[in-house]
Amino acid sequence: MAAVSAKGSTPAVRFESVSRRFGALAAVDEVSFQVEDGEFFSMLGPSGSGKTTCLRLIAGFDQPTGGEVFVHGEPMAGVPPYERDVNTVFQDYALFPHMSVAENVGYGLIFRGVAKAERRKRAIAMLEMVKLADRADRRPSQLSGGQRQRVALARALINHPRVLLLDEPLGALDLKLREQMQVELKAIQRQVGITFVYVTHDQQKALTMSDRVAVFNDGRIEQIGSPIEIYERPATAFVAGFVGESNLLSGELARRVTGSVVAISIRPEKIKLLAAGTPVDADHGSVDGTVRVIVFLGAAIRHVVAIPGGEMTVIEQNRHADPATAWSRIGQPVRLAWLRHHAQPIGVGA
Amino acid sequence: MRSNQRSPLGLRLAVLGGLLFLHLPLALILLYAFTTEEKSYAFPPPGLTLHWFAVAWGRDDIWSAIGLSVRVAAISTLIALVLGTLAAMAVHRAKFFGREAISLMLILPIALPGIVTGISLRAALNFGDLPFSFWTIVIGHATFCVVVVYNNAIARLRRTSTSLVEASMDLGANGFATFRYVVLPSIATALLAGGMLSFALSFDEVIVTTFTAGQQTTLPIWMLTELVRPRQRPVTNVVAVFIVAVTFLPILGAYYLTRDTQDAAGAGK
Repeated sequence: MAAVSAKGSTPAVRFESVSRRFGALAAVDEVSFQVEDGEFFSMLGPSGSGKTTCLRLIAGFDQPTGGEVFVHGEPMAGVPPYERDVNTVFQDYALFPHMSVAENVGYGLIFRGVAKAERRKRAIAMLEMVKLADRADRRPSQLSGGQRQRVALARALINHPRVLLLDEPLGALDLKLREQMQVELKAIQRQVGITFVYVTHDQQKALTMSDRVAVFNDGRIEQIGSPIEIYERPATAFVAGFVGESNLLSGELARRVTGSVVAISIRPEKIKLLAAGTPVDADHGSVDGTVRVIVFLGAAIRHVVAIPGGEMTVIEQNRHADPATAWSRIGQPVRLAWLRHHAQPIGVGA
Repeated sequence: MRSNQRSPLGLRLAVLGGLLFLHLPLALILLYAFTTEEKSYAFPPPGLTLHWFAVAWGRDDIWSAIGLSVRVAAISTLIALVLGTLAAMAVHRAKFFGREAISLMLILPIALPGIVTGISLRAALNFGDLPFSFWTIVIGHATFCVVVVYNNAIARLRRTSTSLVEASMDLGANGFATFRYVVLPSIATALLAGGMLSFALSFDEVIVTTFTAGQQTTLPIWMLTELVRPRQRPVTNVVAVFIVAVTFLPILGAYYLTRDTQDAAGAGK
């Protein structure tokens, strides 16, 4: 039933209640999901959540202790990494230090019986795609971090794998380079049209690049969905807290503020900061409080507001004529209001 | 910076004293290789001559001893390179019960006094009724040569990222191809250094050799017998100078090869 996706094609990767236990510890605990062909799929989660183990199970560096991994419909049990139509971009790039950049990129062709001259030709063509053809004869140690990452990408793509696995490849880069590579990576994915499975702990990257995101926690998947779904309708308290910021109201507080019997998540930027006593529309929820703390974030200003029985965070765009006046709000009574459908009920189990 | 400060005078004298203590005897050996006095080591030497080099050159027993030592060292080193590399890869790659114990047992032969290794080997050879031969010397030497190679190889393997092996497998290389294209080049300089060191150790080994050699005379054994039966004493010094040179060069080479592996791996010019 799950073997064929909604689009009617075989999913690129499918996990069927896959577990990977190390002794008593379950790094991956009965996980099931599928990645559609041609999709940019992110596995997002904190370190130790099982996302990298899942990646290694797809690549074949590790074997599941339970369940089955399928790549394009083929069961992968007992298939060694060198026989899988899957390539990996490693977190530390894993470029061979004793080979030139072109030799690194052409490495995978050796095992396809491609002659040396042809290997070099194709490696150069690949390097042109990542705009590094002029560095073909350098050593990896002579390249910058961003350049190494592109070499690793070219090396992984040269065999035209059906699935490309990326293990936090942008983690080692500085912010500016990371944002630039992020755009390039997405462009390359569209250009080559293969499935990308991207592991990251950075929710920003997962949201901006992915078609779908799986949020991992403690060896399990908390939620799978499009970036908008994950952000707007977090299924669990963990997702609400890990992806973006969230005001999590539970128990008595949730009942009093929103009338909900289950916990509620409201994103800080969805909340309007109104003068005390301002009447709100019927489709809005609201609560009164007092501004406690103001934090200047640059593009926005964070307000921590004390409400009876707790506090809530409000993030407001920095559109003040003079942002310095924001601090005059400290200690002032305010009314917080939000569209009712922005108050997202959270699964009880979380 | 601390390194820019001059060390106190006392420390500098102590270092100088230590170095003199280590190297003055070598200088004396060098000096007495040229002495004209045959029987005793009178200081200063009554005269200097190159005569003993000519004498040494003409003596067949020296040549056969050198030949034997070179062959023993070469073959022991070869065995050590194969076994040491395999052992290092096994201990590095796999996690199995008793791994640490095996690692310790591999290193033990070099930590044990040579005399213990020698006696136990001799006992084992007697027990197995094996005649002493060229090969028994090689076996004796291989015990500590393996350690040297193993230590060098495992140190390099530990510094080599495991993702390199995974990357190679990921790109389609099976185990042998990964060894050939990735692992071996990564540890090549370490193996060269280990091999040189092991050659040098084998070349001047005395204790284990005395227990495992039959009629064969390696160069160090030859020297020892020469000291007991003094005859043309400076010839021994000439040979000693030769041994110093032969063992010093590989050790120096090994030092330069392993000194800064990051540079060695990255520069490639």
